[in-house]
Order: sequence, then structure tokens, then C-alpha cells
Amino acid sequence: MSVGKNEPRRDGPAKLTGRALYLDDVAIPGCWHGVTVRSTVPHGKIKSISYDPSFPWDECVVVTAKDIPGKNLVALIEADQPLLADGIVRHREEAIVLIAHADRATAYEAAKRVKIEYEALPPVFDMEKSEKIFKSFLISRGDLDAGFAAADVVVTGEYRTPSQEQAYIENNAIAAYEEDGVLIVTGSLQCPYYVLKAMKQIFNRGEDKIRVIQTVTGGGFGGKEEYPSMLAGHAALLALKAGRPVKIVYDRHEDMAATTKRHPAVVRHRTGLTKDGKLLAQDIEVVMDGGAYATLSAVVLSRGTLHAAGVYECPNVRVKSKVVMTHTPPNGAFRGFGAPQTLFAVELHWEKIADALKIDSLTLRQRNIFKLGSTTATGQHLLESVGAEECLQKTVKNSKYAAKRKEYDRWNKNPKNPTWKGIGLSVCHHGAGFTGSGEVYLASRAGIALTKTGELIVLAASTEIGQGTNTMFAQVASDALGVPASWFSVETPDTHKVPDSGPTVASRTCMIVGGLVSRATKDLKRAFEAEHGRVPRTTAELKKAAAALCQGAPARRFEVQYEKPPDVTWDDATYRGDAYGVYSYAAIVVDLEIDKLTYEVRVRKVTTAQDIGKAINPLLAEGQVIGGSTQGLGWALLEEPIFKDGVMINATFTNYVIPTSLDTPPFEVILVEKPYSRGPFGAKGVGELPMDIPGPAVAAAVKHATGRLIPTLPQTPERISRALQ
Amino acid sequence: MRGDAKSMTVLSPRSAAEAVKTYAKVPTALPLAGGTDLMVGWNLGQLNGRAVLDLSRVAEWRRIKVVGDGVDLGSLVTHAQIQAHPVLRKRFPLLVAACATVGAAQIQNRGTIGGNIANASPAGDTFPALAVYEATVRVIGPNGRRAVPMSEIFAGVKKTTLKPGELIEAVFLPFPDQTPTRGVFRKVGTRAAQAISKTMFAGLIWTAKNGELADARLAFGSLAPTVKRLYAVEGFLRGRRLTDVSIAAAAELMTNDVSPIDDIRSTREYRLIVSRNLLIAFLKGEVK
Repeated sequence: MSVGKNEPRRDGPAKLTGRALYLDDVAIPGCWHGVTVRSTVPHGKIKSISYDPSFPWDECVVVTAKDIPGKNLVALIEADQPLLADGIVRHREEAIVLIAHADRATAYEAAKRVKIEYEALPPVFDMEKSEKIFKSFLISRGDLDAGFAAADVVVTGEYRTPSQEQAYIENNAIAAYEEDGVLIVTGSLQCPYYVLKAMKQIFNRGEDKIRVIQTVTGGGFGGKEEYPSMLAGHAALLALKAGRPVKIVYDRHEDMAATTKRHPAVVRHRTGLTKDGKLLAQDIEVVMDGGAYATLSAVVLSRGTLHAAGVYECPNVRVKSKVVMTHTPPNGAFRGFGAPQTLFAVELHWEKIADALKIDSLTLRQRNIFKLGSTTATGQHLLESVGAEECLQKTVKNSKYAAKRKEYDRWNKNPKNPTWKGIGLSVCHHGAGFTGSGEVYLASRAGIALTKTGELIVLAASTEIGQGTNTMFAQVASDALGVPASWFSVETPDTHKVPDSGPTVASRTCMIVGGLVSRATKDLKRAFEAEHGRVPRTTAELKKAAAALCQGAPARRFEVQYEKPPDVTWDDATYRGDAYGVYSYAAIVVDLEIDKLTYEVRVRKVTTAQDIGKAINPLLAEGQVIGGSTQGLGWALLEEPIFKDGVMINATFTNYVIPTSLDTPPFEVILVEKPYSRGPFGAKGVGELPMDIPGPAVAAAVKHATGRLIPTLPQTPERISRALQ
Repeated sequence: MRGDAKSMTVLSPRSAAEAVKTYAKVPTALPLAGGTDLMVGWNLGQLNGRAVLDLSRVAEWRRIKVVGDGVDLGSLVTHAQIQAHPVLRKRFPLLVAACATVGAAQIQNRGTIGGNIANASPAGDTFPALAVYEATVRVIGPNGRRAVPMSEIFAGVKKTTLKPGELIEAVFLPFPDQTPTRGVFRKVGTRAAQAISKTMFAGLIWTAKNGELADARLAFGSLAPTVKRLYAVEGFLRGRRLTDVSIAAAAELMTNDVSPIDDIRSTREYRLIVSRNLLIAFLKGEVK
């Protein structure tokens, strides 16, 4: 058995030793360098584009919107975002002109010689003043007015979260070239079939004439979910016009300033409770800033909306949400996908309620938390795999939460101590897989190939972006067939080789695609049993059996497609029903200390229990939890993109501050395994869950330490200092 | 990566004398010591077309020499070398502490004391310590040598008073006449490493036998275009006893010498509050 064991990560040694090559390090003979000329106004009409006549333009290839053979569109949910701005720009750093040259520095020099004149139009930067709504939702349960009428107390609060940069180790990078009439696009990306879909519309080509291949990818965190479709279109336009390979590799500043980030949000709560802390009514309003184009905003808002009421049963709930347009670079996918914003609000709001009711927030949570059989705001009955209470209980116990609250209260009373200490708590759920009917629409396929020489190859479009996909696939297939994991390889995501198993997002790769791989492998197992008499026990036997099963063909493929579980129902029109097939759960306790002189925060310890159904590879799962939580601590304490006139002015790692290893506290990770009957070996999602709630736990700990509730992230020394003045 | 190596010229003198001669011939060249700041500009393409004066072969500037009345730090001495030197650790602990907060280990291994000064960032991590130790910057140029007190080396943000063709050959640290009663260096950045400081404090005090303050040297970095000694505070405190009243009054005088601003790293308000907290705690003996 391989599932449940810490199989070594398959991509580990090459990445550790530097043998793994990112796109910019891959030698592509004759490849030119592409660069982008971007808008310098947040909103305006393009009056003219002129080219410095003293520059040798004949050495370059130059592309504008006029060169697009098909639609000037980055196809995603709405058909609103142009591949290249044509006539009008709606945000700073919008791509207008592309240039390729044999020499990278000359290409950058050429970009400086393009002059674009604008007629300025008034921009909107404040999301609360925007009149253009990309999408809105309403969730309604019970009778809100009756709930408030019956309440002993009503507590209101407003919570704000900033944008966040994904800060993957490798910047966005794509190369394109044509080979035998096929347009090949290759690079750093999460979702090969998203890129394929976008390229079809830009170039009016069929799937047989476009091929998308992932290269070794240095992280994504959502930042390479939709943006690579834009970059692939740019590289391919240049490559086709130049008649040679062209690659575009962003540098860090350009990547930070121009590409997608987390949606900033404002969330308002009005909550009615009985005097002993039972929830009676939750009225929640969510506003998110989508930036200039819709990109994935509708689905980010959907997930944020569906998580806004938290992990608590409440009979009367209303969630009203909207995502609006501003003249800033479009926001997009980022680990957590809207949920961290709304979970920050609902979780930190407990501290306010605790003050109002004089009941501590742990007790309040325990009185309302989801249990087996609970019903969510959308009317979903939680019938299996509900680990919320167990996560809470284990986290509280292992962190010595209750004792430390008292100990720190005493410590904080002594003015001679150089610090304030605080300990804070949060709990959450995270829906695994696409929302509502999403998985049905995706109709993902995955499979396994047996070659006639006895190779076993997992076929999926799910990308390895550092999270352990390839290791996990081999482990799942290994147990499904009952042979060692080392017998399996995993095919490179290449749209001419692997089926469309959907995007590598939404904590779905293990639970959904891993499930498909498991099913396909079981089909192979049945074929071995029927046609060979049994599953081979040695590699020699595998070779013999493979020859028999393939019957002269080079390989035999076993592919399966996602099937909707019959008892899962969802209504997109009313937002009622089973919003997700299942939820993962997490609780976290953050223990921190604040310097009284400088207000600097040092996180001393993080304790977290996470119910992920089944850890296919516990060490990798723990790595996901520590990495995700640290990214959450960065958002909670350090990270804040600063915008001025619609552009990020701290778009460098010097001034956009992410945690270093020295800022990473000791972690205690407890994996809780409440199996999910439809996940492979019981597995649910783990990718995003750890990002969800370090923020509110930090803010609760800061409140415990200082007595001040700061309803805004990040909780910087500046904000803490101001709150204490 | 926008730097274009082939557009640049690299000049590689093999001695101090040759460095001065070469620099005099090409005064527009950029001296390259550790390169930890220079490479940032290189990456942004800001150095394309420029000449670089690579000082890596000037071996005589890499040495730390203990002489009778102080220590002579060659300008190419790294932050890591300073931290490891026993005499510096004993006699100039504030400088050693400051060097340990520069960037992270990789930067400390490459970055040099001379490069740090020549770069003249308002947030230069070694400057408050150099200011309170009253270091002298020894300069060599086409017209010979001169010594510039630390208080006169900076002209503004990223600007020094070095004349065309002048290079820093060493930094001289005089031994204090008497061992300070108390000394503290404290950097306030945003994270535990690789942080640019929001404020930085270095302080030394000498208390007389009668309990009065014989002398104080106090300096802040990141609170003005250049490192600032708190001359008004120092003058006020000299000859007084350190009491809650005198310390509070002294702290009020801070803004005579510093003028922090709002920028993308912090706010004027925060910098002032925290700097005042540090100053008061240091004078009270509450910060180590």
C-alpha cells in the first residue's frame, strides 16, 4: 500500500539540485524575446501610437490589436477582456503593443521608443463608489426579520482585507512557435486547457492545430490560473508574425504590477444572538474589487459568498454580495479564492460578539459549530465527513489555548514586561472542488495508459506546481491497482497527450481528478483480471500482460469522465442546495507576542488541525498546511500591495514584504481524517484550506494582547501603534 | 532581468593606485564593491551602457587593521568580516550588531562597509553605529588623500560629498577614551531578515561617578535623508541626571534633528512614536 505513506516527492530531487528547468532556462533554438508596452494611464482613449524613427524597427517584430487573426479576447467567463487594448485602456499596465527582438535588452530598449498618447478619462478606484457590478449574489435562509426580533443582542462589524500578490518563485513565462502547422504554446501555467480554449478564439484554430504544454512551473497559487491565457496569446501573436519561436518572460516588477492578485474586500456583519450566544440571524454584505475586467471575479465572489456565514448553523441568514469594476489591473484567482476575505470577517466578528455577550469566543463557537447533520446557509445538509468540532477540540487542546489565555492576561497586566502576549483562534470550512454545478459543467476526464512494453502512465491535465500532484497521482494509482507506486509515471500535461481533467485549482486535483485516476486504474485492474487472469506481480509479468492487453497497439488507454453524484442537487438560480460535494475543515491557534516599544509582532507558535478526509501523503499534506498557513500569516501581518493612481507602487520584493524562513514560526500540524465516501481513499481538498484563517486568528491574538480589535489586514506595527494611541 | 552586460564596460584595476588612476580617467564609471545594491539597478536595466569600476582585485582594501588608537576597516571589508572580528566585537559592539541586521547572510557575505557608505541610502544599516563611534571616512583621489568625518560624508538621499574620482579606501574607528556605560543598537524593519529599516537607533552614554551624564552620543537612521545625530538631545542631557523628567524633556527635542516622512515602507507617525519609545527606553536602561 502506498496511500498514507510519505513517498518521496517525485519533483523534489530535480528542483533541489537545480536540474529542473523553468521556461527561461530551456534552450529553444532561434528564440526571440518578447516585451510588452503597457498603458501609463488608468483610463483613457488611445489617441496615437508612434514609433521613434531613429530606432531600427526593421530588426523587430511589432504587434498591436490589428494583428489578431480572430477575436481580440482573453476567453474566460465574460467576453470583456481584450488581449491587447484597442482604442481604450481601462487600467494601468494594460498591454497595448508587443515587440520581439533577437536580443532581450534591445527588445526592452525598443519598448521605450514607443510613444502612446491618451485622452484621459475619469477613473474609479474606490470599489464602494463603483457603479459597474460584474456579478452579485443573494443567499437567503429562514426569516431574517424574525431572527433579529427574537435576538437578545445584535452585533455589527465591518472588516477589510487587502489585495495580495501570489509571489510564486518563478515569474509568468510562456514561449510559442509553430511546428508542422501546429501552434505550440509552452510555459509556466496551471491550466493547459484554459489556455487552449483562449487560443482557439484568438487564432481561429481547431484543437488539432494548437498544442499547450506545461513546463516545470515555479508555483502558481492561482496566479497562473487565468493570466497565462493572456501571455500565451501575446507570445503566439509575436511568434506567428516573426515566423520563429518567441518567449515572453516577465521580470518581477512587471509580474507584480501587471498580473492578477487577490480581490480586496469589505465585509459587513449584523448578527443577532440569544444572550447565551446561540446564533439567530446573520445579515452579511460583501463587496469585492474586481479590477478592470471580469476575469474570474464571478466565481471568486461565489466562493466568498458561500463561505461568508462561516462554519456555523444559523436558522436565518442573508448574504448579499457583489463584485465591482475599478480601473485597476484585474484581480483574479488566489489560493482560497474569495473565502479568506469573508472568513476573516465572520471569524473575527466572534471577538466582537464575545465582548458584547461577555462569553469567550471559543464557547460561542462551540455552541454554533457545524456538526454531522447541520444545515448550511444554502440549505445543504452535512451528512458525512464533518470534522469541524474535532479540529477545534484538538487545536484548543494541543495549543493549551485556555491556560495560555489566562497566563497571558496575567503577563499583560504587568507593566514591567517588555511585550504583550496574545493567543487567538479561528475555525473554518472550505468547499472542495468547483462550486455548485461547476464539476458537472467541467465534465473532467482522466485516465491511465498501459503501453505494450509495460509502462503505466497517468494521464491528466492537472499540473504539478509544487504541491505534489505527480506524487499523489502515482500513490492513488498504486493502491487502486495494488502494485508499487514506482511502476507509474505521470504524463506531462500536454493537450495533445492528456485528456481535459479540468483546471488545477479549487483544491480539486486530489479529490476530483485523483478520484478519476483511481477509477480509471480500477478499469485497468479489471482488464488485467479478465484478460490476463490477475494483476501482474512482477515487472516481467507486467510486460507480458501488457503485450496481451495491447494486442499489437502501441498502448491502451483507460479513460473515465466525472459523474455527478445522484443525490447532490444545486440550483444556480436560487443559490440553494449542495454548494459543494463536501467541505474540508480547519482550526488554528496563533500564539504571538508584541514588542511594547516597536509594536513588532513575533508569532511564537501556530497549532492547527485540518480535516482533509485522508492524507494520501501525510508529509506532503503537512507541507501544504505549513506553506499555506505561512502565506496566510504573510497576508495577516506583512503583505499589502500599495496602489497609487491605479498602479501598485511597491511592486518589488524589497517593498512588498513576504515572510522569510526566519519569520516562519514553529508549527504543530494535526491531520484529522474524516473520510469522504466519494474522494479517493476518503480524501478531500487541502490546497487552499490552510490559507483561509491565519488572518482572523492573528487579529484575535492581537486583540488579546493589546485589547484593541483591528478589523483590517495586515496587522502591521503601524496599525497596532495607531490603535494604541 | 533588463541588465545588458554586453552594453557595459568593466574596468578591473589590480591595486589601489591603479583604481584611482583608472577612475580618474573614467569618472562616470560606477565603483563595484560587493555589488549588493548595484545589482538591483543592473536588474532594472539602469546600468546599461555604463562603465563599471570593479574593485574586487584591490586586495589592500579588504583588510581590518588594529592600530594604536583605533581600527582601520578597509573599504572592501564585508559585514560578515566585521561580525567575526574579535576586537570589533569587544570595542564596537553596536557596529557588529548593525552588520548582523544587514539583509541576510548572503548580503552580509558580499556587502562591504565602503559600498554601504558610498551608496548613501537613508536606511544604511551601519550608519547610526558609525555616527556614534564618530568614524572617519578615509578617501583617496586624484588629489591625494583626505579624511571626512562621518557627520560630513552624506549630502542627501543617495548622495555623498565624495568628489569626482574619489574612492573610499577605509573607515577609521577611533577607540573611545573611556568605555561607554551603556550602548544599544536597534533596527526596526518589517520582518526578521531582508528588511529595509523603518527606523534605526544607536546610542552610547557615559555616566560620571556623581550620577550625572558625562556624555551621550545618539543617532537615528531612516528618519531623515541622512543619518542624524541628536545633537540637541545630547547637549540637553550632558551634565544632567537621567530621571523620568529629564528623559521626557530630552525626547521632546528629538524633532530638532530628525524629520521622518510617510513613504511606502512606513508612516511619519509610526517612525516618530517608535523612535521616541526607543530613545526613552534606552535612556532609562530598559532596552538591551
